[in-house]
Amino acid sequence: MGFFLETVIGGLMSGMLYSLVALGFVLIFKASGVFNFAQGAMVLFAALAMARFSEWLPALLGIDSKVLGNLLAFAGAMVLMVAVAWLIERLVLSKLVNQEGITLLMATLGIAYFLDGFGQTLFGSAIYKIDVGLPKDPMFLLQNVFEGGVLVNKEDLYAAGIAATLVVVLSLFFQYTSTGRALRAVADDHQAAQSIGIPLNRIWVIVWSVAGFVALVAGVIWGSKLGVQFSLSLVALKALPVVILGGLTSVPGAIIGGLIIGVGEKVSEVYLGPTLGGGIEIWFGYVLVLFVLLVRPQGLFGEKIIDRV
Amino acid sequence: MIYRENGQFKTSYRADQQIFPITQDRIAIAALLLFAVVGVPLLADEYLFRAILIPFLILALAALGLNILVGYCGQISLGTGAFMAVGAYAAYNFFVRIQGMPLIVALLLGGLCATVVGVLFGIPSLRIKGLYLAVATLAAQFFTDWAFLRISWFTNNSSSGSVSVSNLSFLGLPISSPLSKYLFCLAILVVFAWLAKNLVRGHIGREWMAIRDMDVAAAVIGIRPVYAKLTAFAVSSFIVGVAGGLWGFVHLGSWEPAAFSIDRSFQLLFMIIIGGLGSIMGAFFGAAFIVILPIFLNRALPALGDLIGVEISTAAVAHSELMIFGALIVFFLIVEPHGLARLWSTAKEKMRLWPFPH
Amino acid sequence: MKLTTLALAATLAAGSLFTASAALAQAKVQFFPSLTGRTGPVAPNATPFANGYADYMKLVNARGGINGVQTLVEECETAYATDRGVECYERLKGKHGGATVFQPLSTGITFALTEKIPNDKIPMITSGYGRSDSQDGGVFKWNFPLIGHYWVAGDTVLQHIAKKEGGWDKLRGKKIAVVYHDSPFGKELLPIIQERQKMHGFEIQLLPVPAPGVEQKAIWLQVRQQRPDFVVMQTWGVMTATAIKEAIATGYPREKMFGTWWSGAEPDLKDIGAAAKGYSAVMMQHGAEPQSAVVKEILDKVHAKGQGTGPKEEVGDVLYMRGVVGAMLAVEGVRAAQERYGKGKHMTGEQARWGYENLDLTQAKLDALGFKGVMRPVSTSCFDHMGSAWARVHTWDGAKFTWASDWLQADEQIIKPMVRASAEKYGNEKKLQRRASADCQS
Repeated sequence: MGFFLETVIGGLMSGMLYSLVALGFVLIFKASGVFNFAQGAMVLFAALAMARFSEWLPALLGIDSKVLGNLLAFAGAMVLMVAVAWLIERLVLSKLVNQEGITLLMATLGIAYFLDGFGQTLFGSAIYKIDVGLPKDPMFLLQNVFEGGVLVNKEDLYAAGIAATLVVVLSLFFQYTSTGRALRAVADDHQAAQSIGIPLNRIWVIVWSVAGFVALVAGVIWGSKLGVQFSLSLVALKALPVVILGGLTSVPGAIIGGLIIGVGEKVSEVYLGPTLGGGIEIWFGYVLVLFVLLVRPQGLFGEKIIDRV
Repeated sequence: MIYRENGQFKTSYRADQQIFPITQDRIAIAALLLFAVVGVPLLADEYLFRAILIPFLILALAALGLNILVGYCGQISLGTGAFMAVGAYAAYNFFVRIQGMPLIVALLLGGLCATVVGVLFGIPSLRIKGLYLAVATLAAQFFTDWAFLRISWFTNNSSSGSVSVSNLSFLGLPISSPLSKYLFCLAILVVFAWLAKNLVRGHIGREWMAIRDMDVAAAVIGIRPVYAKLTAFAVSSFIVGVAGGLWGFVHLGSWEPAAFSIDRSFQLLFMIIIGGLGSIMGAFFGAAFIVILPIFLNRALPALGDLIGVEISTAAVAHSELMIFGALIVFFLIVEPHGLARLWSTAKEKMRLWPFPH
Repeated sequence: MKLTTLALAATLAAGSLFTASAALAQAKVQFFPSLTGRTGPVAPNATPFANGYADYMKLVNARGGINGVQTLVEECETAYATDRGVECYERLKGKHGGATVFQPLSTGITFALTEKIPNDKIPMITSGYGRSDSQDGGVFKWNFPLIGHYWVAGDTVLQHIAKKEGGWDKLRGKKIAVVYHDSPFGKELLPIIQERQKMHGFEIQLLPVPAPGVEQKAIWLQVRQQRPDFVVMQTWGVMTATAIKEAIATGYPREKMFGTWWSGAEPDLKDIGAAAKGYSAVMMQHGAEPQSAVVKEILDKVHAKGQGTGPKEEVGDVLYMRGVVGAMLAVEGVRAAQERYGKGKHMTGEQARWGYENLDLTQAKLDALGFKGVMRPVSTSCFDHMGSAWARVHTWDGAKFTWASDWLQADEQIIKPMVRASAEKYGNEKKLQRRASADCQS
């Protein structure tokens, strides 16, 4: 029983970590209707920026304090992500305004390749370290109830907390600020939003910057867990089922979807895995999503797809 | 001036309904085929065969299959690598377990297995649309990745999970030299392209395109979505499965599941987007672009570096390749979202008028 | 886009492809192609290897070449992808007078190239990776897993564990978990572990990790649940570091974790630092050797002159040394071939192959080359393409590696029959004839 709890808690934690990445997808799709396949590359790029800046800036400016160094690096990386967002909007999105979904999808894939290469050219392709002080040792709860205690990963707990805060902040942003309203208007109908005076270009830059910020936070957390190197961009593939399960347009859906996929993956791997020879994690999430979609084609919280004939 | 249809009157329905109604087109295609069969073997060296032409032919076949599904029927599929893997491993099992199995039969049977799997994973398309379907097809991709690693029966119980084939022959002629491999793949590609072209021109093709454009309206006028979508998956998976078999048998010789990973699926999707969705020609253009570009960049960049006198490290070349590749994809999508095939047909339109302005 | 620009671009592209590779008519260059993984999923681990390889080749030139014949290295990036590796092979095999030997550093590429090299008559050295059954030179004429393969690694790591426990009989009833990369690379380790299991009666728990292995929580939760006595790891790249980090996060003692020689190098452990203290890995003869004579020579003759391929700090690291050792074996094989086919002459692939098959590196020769204390003698033969089965274990002390065991020798009594059986199976599948003894003289 204790071990089952451990697995579930572990699953919930990794689910939150997936949601962090999934949030970026949802944000961009919600506001610009583009499925941003470059999110993984953006996470990697942001993490590389953070890792390298936290090396270079303190050396350059002669700062000793780790906290200050990390903050500066974070700020620097954020500036970089805003610049990237602006460039993407200028060079790619504005030129592809009314194209079909699949064209935009492929364009974001092209951006992903570009960012992969660009990030490694700028920052190098070795493994880099991000150290924001997240604790690495395990925590054992309820040792008197269950033998050996229930293992909770402190680092993941912090990450889950950060992800939850982010989601709350973003939800509030979308609901209660005028920019958030403008973003939702743009997501509904580009032309209508333009006709009432919402500046489409600026909105897209804002959205991609916010997604860049989310990618940076995800990059810092995943980077501090795994070390910053190329495979970091592959966590996006783990976050895709989360996005789809939750629904492409729902921010809370990203969290709920993440929790479900996380728990599902871990429980299936631990309990079903050994019978099937192990390694079923990689497809379990996707197959789960497939079955859910058969029942609800728009994901759990997504907008119902309405076809006009 | 050269490309005019003037004076070419058709006097029978059959003549009117040819694939290439314009005589100049027929001559051009004949010349191209002649060049491909006779000219290329004379001019090309081994490297060109092994590294460029054979991958081009096989991936063009796969792109053809994918284009039928995505371009003609509008069902976005990211699981193409999975169907190629099914085709390759099924063909391998037929080839190795049954003594005296001819290569071509093994490949076709592999394609049939891929069809079955394709239809299975195509059933969700009846309920799920658009991007959701794309991610659902990834389930096929990852599941087959896992299945071919885990279920050792598929790999004939090899301890490492890697399989290899040799002693290929077609009608008694051995297929081991680069030239024979090239001609074998070319023959299969030509046959399948011809079949595909006729399919998409016919009744079923029109059904596919109707589903792609407006599936609800299509259902209203009596086109059965189940039939149309599942046949699209079936035909597409068959072609992709045969291409997968060719990739494993003829190009690689020895492969592991990673040869058909998600990168392969993305690569094929790139090919049809760049080449042109909904066009048979597009598959060829896209395959040529995607196969040749990385190699071209890999060789041209150091050469360029030498010209300027800067030595570029291998890692820098690889990174620049990625950047230029990504930038070119975006560039092409901006300049011609309908792909190179559209550029080609625009060029042909201009050729019909040339040298006159209008 | 304008037609003219399109046409121009197309001709340029076609033209660059039809450019025949410049046939360098220079006689005295021995070409060693280097298939690198400087980008992609294994970049941090594969880059030092490529740097070590290139640096040693430069050292050979600085020492006067192979009896006067200079070496030439050309790199081709594979990013650890098999089809790119095959393309690189096709591109480089005929250049600069013909490639002497290939060292793909990837099991996937090795499998693909094994099919091609007999036709092209170019040998392939796969030290410590590739097909374990390619040790049998009777079937695999062109493959050379010099100084070790996965079964040697598996056997020696189990020997080390058994020694720590007090003998093979103490392992009965114990549980060993195997965390491995879910690919041919990872699976190649399993046969020897299963063979030893049959002999000594310990339990094994197989835990495959799908590439690239960035999410291993479920694996290590299972480890925590099953509480194996030891964990053996056959991982590569980021998977190793992630595994160790997850082990730390689930509280599994690092002292009970043992990696193979692809799972225990600085890139994997440097960032974890002190928390990974106690983690051990079995090494294919060499470990991190910053004090060795060859390293000092490289720093002196190559890096001091500004010709170093990578950063100076990396010289002497584990994977760097692996590249150096790989290059040394490649060069010594050519030198051995020159003894037969003409000293100071350019060696073809076929001639070099004979050299690799008749390598006799005594301790004296190795010491003279600068490998004193780094390597033990290597002696190949027609039917044994491995030449040596020595290994030793090193442990991470938080900042660097220290030797934790004496020299261990893999038990060839067990391995040789396995190799032979597997090679026979391959030969039967491919309808290959086993080489006759007479063929060994060629």
